[in-house]
Amino acid sequence: MAAESTSNGERLKQGAPGGGGFFQTAIGRFSARNWALIFLFIMIVIFSLGSSGFFDIVNFQNIIHLSTGAFLLAAAELLVVITGGIDLSIGYVYGLSSVLGAKVMQILYAGGAGGAGSMPVWQVIALGCLAALSVSILPGLANGVLVTRFRVPPFIATMGMWGICNGITLFLADGFMPVMGAPSEINAIGNSYFLYIDPSKSISFFAKPSYITQANIRSVLRLVPNSLFLSLAVLLVLGFVLGRTRFGKHTYAIGGSMDAAIRSGINVNRHLVMIYVIASFVSGVAGLFNLFQTGIGNYTPSGANYELMAVAAVVIGGASLTGGKGRILGTAVGVLVLAVLENGLQIIGVSAFYRYIGVGVLLTIAVIIDRAFPDLF
Amino acid sequence: MQTETAEKQGTLPELLGRNWIALFIVLLVVFFSVVARSFFSFDTAQLIFFNGTEVFLLAIAELFVIITGGIDLSVGFVMGFATVVSSKLMVACVALGFSPFWSILAASVVTLLIGLVPGLVNGWLVACLRVPAFIATFSMLGVTHGISELLTQGIPTKNLPALAGDIGNGSFFYVAPGGAISFFSRPQVARGQTVLAIIPNMVIFAFLFIFLFAFILGKMKFGRHLYAIGGNIDAAIRSGINVKRDLIKAYVISSLFASLAGLSYVMKYITGKPDAGANMLLEAIAAVVIGGASMAGGSGTVGRTILGALVIAILETGLRIIGMQTFMTYILVGVILILAVIIDQVFPNRNR
Amino acid sequence: MAHLLEAKNITKRFGGLTAVDNVSFHVDEGEVVALVGDNGAGKSTLIKIISGVHKPDEGEIFLNGQEIHIDSPIDAISHGIETIYQDLALAENMDVPSNIFLGRERTKKILGFVNVVDYEHMSSESRKVLDRLDIRIPSLKSNIRNLSGGQRQAVAISRSIYWNAKVLIMDEPTAALGISEQKKVLELVSSLRKQGIAIIIISHQMYDVFSVADRIIVMRRGIKAGERLVKDTSTEEIVSLIVGAESVEKRSQ
Ligand SMILES: Nc1ncnc2c1ncn2[C@@H]1O[C@H](COP(=O)(O)OP(=O)(O)OP(=O)(O)O)[C@@H](O)[C@H]1O
Ligand SMILES: [Mg+2]
Repeated sequence: MAAESTSNGERLKQGAPGGGGFFQTAIGRFSARNWALIFLFIMIVIFSLGSSGFFDIVNFQNIIHLSTGAFLLAAAELLVVITGGIDLSIGYVYGLSSVLGAKVMQILYAGGAGGAGSMPVWQVIALGCLAALSVSILPGLANGVLVTRFRVPPFIATMGMWGICNGITLFLADGFMPVMGAPSEINAIGNSYFLYIDPSKSISFFAKPSYITQANIRSVLRLVPNSLFLSLAVLLVLGFVLGRTRFGKHTYAIGGSMDAAIRSGINVNRHLVMIYVIASFVSGVAGLFNLFQTGIGNYTPSGANYELMAVAAVVIGGASLTGGKGRILGTAVGVLVLAVLENGLQIIGVSAFYRYIGVGVLLTIAVIIDRAFPDLF
Repeated sequence: MQTETAEKQGTLPELLGRNWIALFIVLLVVFFSVVARSFFSFDTAQLIFFNGTEVFLLAIAELFVIITGGIDLSVGFVMGFATVVSSKLMVACVALGFSPFWSILAASVVTLLIGLVPGLVNGWLVACLRVPAFIATFSMLGVTHGISELLTQGIPTKNLPALAGDIGNGSFFYVAPGGAISFFSRPQVARGQTVLAIIPNMVIFAFLFIFLFAFILGKMKFGRHLYAIGGNIDAAIRSGINVKRDLIKAYVISSLFASLAGLSYVMKYITGKPDAGANMLLEAIAAVVIGGASMAGGSGTVGRTILGALVIAILETGLRIIGMQTFMTYILVGVILILAVIIDQVFPNRNR
Repeated sequence: MAHLLEAKNITKRFGGLTAVDNVSFHVDEGEVVALVGDNGAGKSTLIKIISGVHKPDEGEIFLNGQEIHIDSPIDAISHGIETIYQDLALAENMDVPSNIFLGRERTKKILGFVNVVDYEHMSSESRKVLDRLDIRIPSLKSNIRNLSGGQRQAVAISRSIYWNAKVLIMDEPTAALGISEQKKVLELVSSLRKQGIAIIIISHQMYDVFSVADRIIVMRRGIKAGERLVKDTSTEEIVSLIVGAESVEKRSQ
């Protein structure tokens, strides 16, 4: 009976572009469903033809390495988006984790450096990570509690948390200063590769052969950045959890229909709190990665819009902001689309500013395609 | 069909709960006045409004869209876009030999016209292609950001006519020691004598538009239709409201106010840059929500939104006066934003 | 004499499914016609055709003997055919006058050229129409959200009446109401009939049907299974028409 009342909603829907002709065929349906992948492929071809520097193993590894943080943030956002919510705080949890980790390491390292009985470097690093990761759970916990117990809309709760995290980060960063002074070892961990092959001499794992200096590093073939393992781990774990476990099924159920989920006995409140906590935690991991990659604690600049970029990747990857839909593989493709766009434009010498425009256009296309083929996904 | 009436005046706590913003503003003022003796003054009051013009304008920009149940993420970068366009135009006009006054006027008018375009596109995407507002306006954020960066190539606009700064930082009238009043320009007085400047030009500029659109929203058909669309879009369609047209108008108004904020910024700081409004999205939305509007749409008024924005403006200027850093503003805005929603749930009926 | 509203041989298909199959019916001034039938019988589809939501595949609609074409809900309204949907289509965030005048607000000029909404006028007109229908709502300024189900129904009805509905279509107007509110709505229907309005009412409640209707049209699987005057029929007969012969056979097997 309720369905009858939506008659005008139906009338509006008919205004959406229809999916006739080509898109009814098998190939058409495939390409509509996987347009982001196809688009990614086309971009790669164009950039490869358009410049000599793009189609290159070093560059490809670079793209993957540099988009690790973006992928982790997008993965975090995906979890929340599937439940029909949104998390606007992840970009600032990211900054908080990076700055806090750096600050803790800086203090421990400076205190111990040179002094007798000083703390081993690995311990400094471990404690910094532990501090950053444990604190990055808190915004998620707060978000979850606000959304479930206090009925604050996710948009508002996480936006408030954005302000709070950003303020705390700026406080730790002493007002707009990157935090230096963490042990330089983190940089090595963050930027090294799984495999180093010197064609003439040797193969080594995880660290460059000692006779190679930073200056002649290019003569060694470096394969598989360590960061790829991090991304793969997140990809596999979330892929498994979302696709194969009850937890995953419940996540989709909540996004599909909150009421139905409640009535079917899912503990929706607890589940949502867990989702926000995991999202926040993964963002914290992303922030730590940023610290390991750059060697300094970076606060999130205003207008960086990391969280909105994450939403963009998730939506380009086929998720819907109304919830109930979205896969981690799609999100990975979404992240790569944005990363390749940025990298390719830079390499072929087009102003990188076009990438902002590109993101906007792609995102709108994503949603219009989603609207036109609602049954496909 | 008797039911309990909605308009029971209620007990004192309820009354306070429903008007908590007013109470909160009083508390803020008392707090800052106690901490910093110099706070409680006419000058500070003017400074709060002067510093807050962009927040006021962006909050109104957001309000029109939030009433319809939408959201406009692009306001901050449309504002930045407007600062770039208007400042570049001013410089260009002066270079072409126009007088500073005409350059500023022409640049402002053209900027406001160009500033309607992002809103038109947003509205068209939302109303006609049914792209969710969040996505459509985020895309517009990217597009305006990209275009602004291309226009400036990373260098903020410089060499604006000095008159722009005079207007932007000037006041409506001045009272000289002898009681003589002069309009728009600071009178020449002997050294050491103070001149009382009354009502910054930019505050007048902002509130002219705010009052005009408060009237449109509160008193005209179009305004009611926005509330109806936000309340129940099916009902709005069935009662013959041209929902698509009205939605597009709402986004255009949002874009217009973002551009006004851009103009105000240019006149005050005599420069234009893409990220001029980058960190103001949070404040704009917070002002609307603190003002009692629901993100679900259908509620919110200009008056209450201005109160919400005033909370933020007082915080910003007050914290600066008592020597706190920016980070406290972020934290407090975040906390108040969340509290606002919770308090409104405890004391409902604050709608409209 | 021509009927006020007459639909002839209406057919509506959704893909392979024929939701309404060659149905004809009419309604006259001051008459209440009840449309009954099992779930999915096609009642709602039939009235949606009259109110402009769906276009029929076949069939014609006449108003006072003149053929009319209804292409949208606005067309229907402009012909004086008002529909009260089950969800009432009220803006819950707005007050009573704003809803009665939704989309058709009265304005007045100020300063000679600016049109502002004339709230006082809308308010007093609303009061009049509510009084005429003997509807009591304590404060017109309260938002629809704060009204009871029956009061909302009454506001929706007042809105239609105020705009001079000749034909009023109501889809399950009492479905979500308590007993006393149901009674009140039925009284309202009777008083509207006295004012000469033609009413088509869909209902699953036999009590409602027999207490307000003059005539009953039974639909089953898209076809018109029967038509009876209330004074000539009984609940049992209507129920058996609704369930249909096949079902009766099945049950007896
Ligand atoms: N827009 C539509 N598209 C496809 N099929 C539809 C549509 N609307 C209705 N139907 C189908 O047409 C048939 C008649 O539906 P209708 O809503 O008219 O039944 P009804 O008599 O109002 O039932 P109920 O008493 O449950 O409200 C049903 O089988 C329904 O599934
Ligand atoms: Mg029905």
